[in-house]
Amino acid sequence: MSDIMTAKDLNLWYGETHALKNVNITIPEKSITAFIGPSGCGKSTFLKTLNRMNDLIPSVKITGEVCYNGQNIYDSLVDVNELRREIGMVFQKPNPFPMSIYDNIAYGPRTHGIKSKVKLDEIVEQSLRDAAIWDEVKDRLKKNALGMSGGQQQRLCIARALAVKPKILLMDEPTSALDPISTSRIEELAIELKKSYTIVIVTHNMQQAVRISDNTAFFLLGELIEYGETEKLFSQPTDKRTEDYITGRFG
Amino acid sequence: MLSKKRKAYISGMKVAMYISTGLTAALVIFLVAYVFIKGIPHISWELLSTKPSYISGRIGILPDILNTLYIVLATLIFVIPLGVGAAIYLTEYAKNKKLVGMIEYAAEALSGIPSIIYGLVGMLFFCQFLGFKTSLLAGSLTLVIMNLPTVMRTTQESLKTVPQSYRDGAFGLGAGKWRVIKTVVLPGCVDGVITGCILSIGRILGESAALLFTAGFAHALNGIFEGLTSPGASLTVALYVYAKEQGEFGVAFAIAAILMILTLLINLSATFVSKHFAKKREF
Ligand SMILES: Nc1ncnc2c1ncn2[C@@H]1O[C@H](COP(=O)(O)OP(=O)(O)O)[C@@H](O)[C@H]1O
Ligand SMILES: [Mg+2]
Repeated sequence: MSDIMTAKDLNLWYGETHALKNVNITIPEKSITAFIGPSGCGKSTFLKTLNRMNDLIPSVKITGEVCYNGQNIYDSLVDVNELRREIGMVFQKPNPFPMSIYDNIAYGPRTHGIKSKVKLDEIVEQSLRDAAIWDEVKDRLKKNALGMSGGQQQRLCIARALAVKPKILLMDEPTSALDPISTSRIEELAIELKKSYTIVIVTHNMQQAVRISDNTAFFLLGELIEYGETEKLFSQPTDKRTEDYITGRFG
Repeated sequence: MLSKKRKAYISGMKVAMYISTGLTAALVIFLVAYVFIKGIPHISWELLSTKPSYISGRIGILPDILNTLYIVLATLIFVIPLGVGAAIYLTEYAKNKKLVGMIEYAAEALSGIPSIIYGLVGMLFFCQFLGFKTSLLAGSLTLVIMNLPTVMRTTQESLKTVPQSYRDGAFGLGAGKWRVIKTVVLPGCVDGVITGCILSIGRILGESAALLFTAGFAHALNGIFEGLTSPGASLTVALYVYAKEQGEFGVAFAIAAILMILTLLINLSATFVSKHFAKKREF
C-alpha cells in the first residue's frame, strides 16, 4: 500500500497553547487509521490539520508540513476548497443542513458546479447507496433531513461527504453521539468504504479501534506517542504510556 | 412561620402591585378607546379614497396614505441591503473584533438619538447639500439612517444563532466563504431580517419629527416615482397638520385611529413571525 498523507514535524498553537508537538506520521491509502488518546490530547486538532479546517480558527498557528500525494497542503498555491473536496469530513455531532435529504446530498456537487438534474439524481442515489441508507430514505428524499434519527443523520452526513467523490474521509468520533446499533452500522460502513476510500477516524472507544482499524496512533498531550499496526499496538505496545492507556490505567 | 408584620407587608405589596397593574391597563384601554371613539365615526370610504379639495371643502387622506406607503417602500429598499450587508460583513468577515464591538456600540447609541435631530441633519444633508429638496425621497433617506442600526443589529443577532456546525459542514465539503454565507447562513437568519423590517415599518409609521423637516406637508395625489421626488405628508405629519393648522380634529382622530390599527397589526405580525420561526427551529 502506498502512503497518501504524511505529516512532517507538525506543530500547532491555539494562541499560546501548544496543542500539537512535532507530529510525524504517514497514512496508507485505502485503509482505516484510528487516532486514540485521552480527551484533550489533540486528536481532533490533528485530524483537522489534514484538510485545513483549522484555517477557520483565527488564533491558530501551524509550522511543519502536511503532504497529500507529495504536495504540502499548507503551500500558498493550494486551493483549499478543492483540497476539502478531496479530503472530506464527518463530524462528531451529526450536522445535516436544515434542508431536504436530497438537497443535503446535492449540496457538495452543486458547490463544485454540477447543475444537471439527471447527474445530481444519479449522484444522490449512488451516495445514499454507498452510505447504506438509500432504502430507508428513498421515499422521502424531499423531506427535511432534521426529521431523521441521529444514526440516520450521521449516515446522511457520510453520504453527503461521499457525494463530492473524495479520496479521504476524516471522521471525528462519528459514533460518540449514537446508540450501539447505529454505531455498529457505521462501523460496518467504514469497513466497506475502505475498499474505495482512505479513512482516518478519531475514536475514544478502544474496542472500536480494534474492530475496524488497520493502524492506530496513540496521542498524549499533543504528542504522537506510538503509531503502528492496530493488532500490534494493542497486543505489544512499545511505550509504557501506551500500555497504561490501553489497559485502562488512565484517561 | 412568617411574622404578622411580614405578612401584612407582603399583602400590602401585593395590593400595590395590583393597583399599579390595573392603572397601567386602564390607561392603555382609555387611550385606545378614546382615540377609537373619537376617530372611527369620521372614517369613511370617501375620506380614505380621495384627496382634499378646496373647492368642495372636502378632506381626503388618500395622498397621505400613499405617501406613507411610498416612504415605507423607499426606506426598506435602501435599508435592507445596507443593514443586512453591514451585518454580514461585521459578523462573518471583519477580523478586528474591537472595531466591530465599537461599531455595534455606536449603532446602539445611534438608535437612542431623538428623531428631530435626524430630521435636522437630513434636511441639511439630503434636501440642501445633495439637492433633493423637500421630498419623500429625502425623508426616506433620513429614515434609512434612523433604521439602519435596527436592521443591522437584528440581522447580526440572528446570524449569530446559526449553528457553527452548519458552517463547518459546508466548509468541509469545499464550499467557499460566500457560498457558505449565501446557502447556509443567510437562510438561517431570514427571521432576523424580517423582524428588523417589521420593527422599522412600525417606527416609520410612527415617525413625524424627522419627516416634518425633510418630506414636507403636501397632500398632492402622486404615483410612486413622482411622489418620491415631490414633497408630501405622511399620515403622522398629516395628523399634525390637520389638528394643529386646520383645526380638523375629526380627521386628525380618524388618522390616529388608522395609525393605531396599523401599529397593532405590525405588532401582531412581529409576534407571529417570531413564533413561526421559533417553531421551525425546533427539531
Ligand atoms: N478552538 C480552540 N481554541 C483554543 N484551544 C483549543 C481549541 N480547540 C481545542 N483546543 C485545545 O487544544 C487541545 C486539544 O484539543 P482537541 O484536539 O479537541 O482534543 P481531543 O479531540 O483529543 O479531545 C485541548 O487542550 C483544547 O483545549
Ligand atoms: Mg475531539
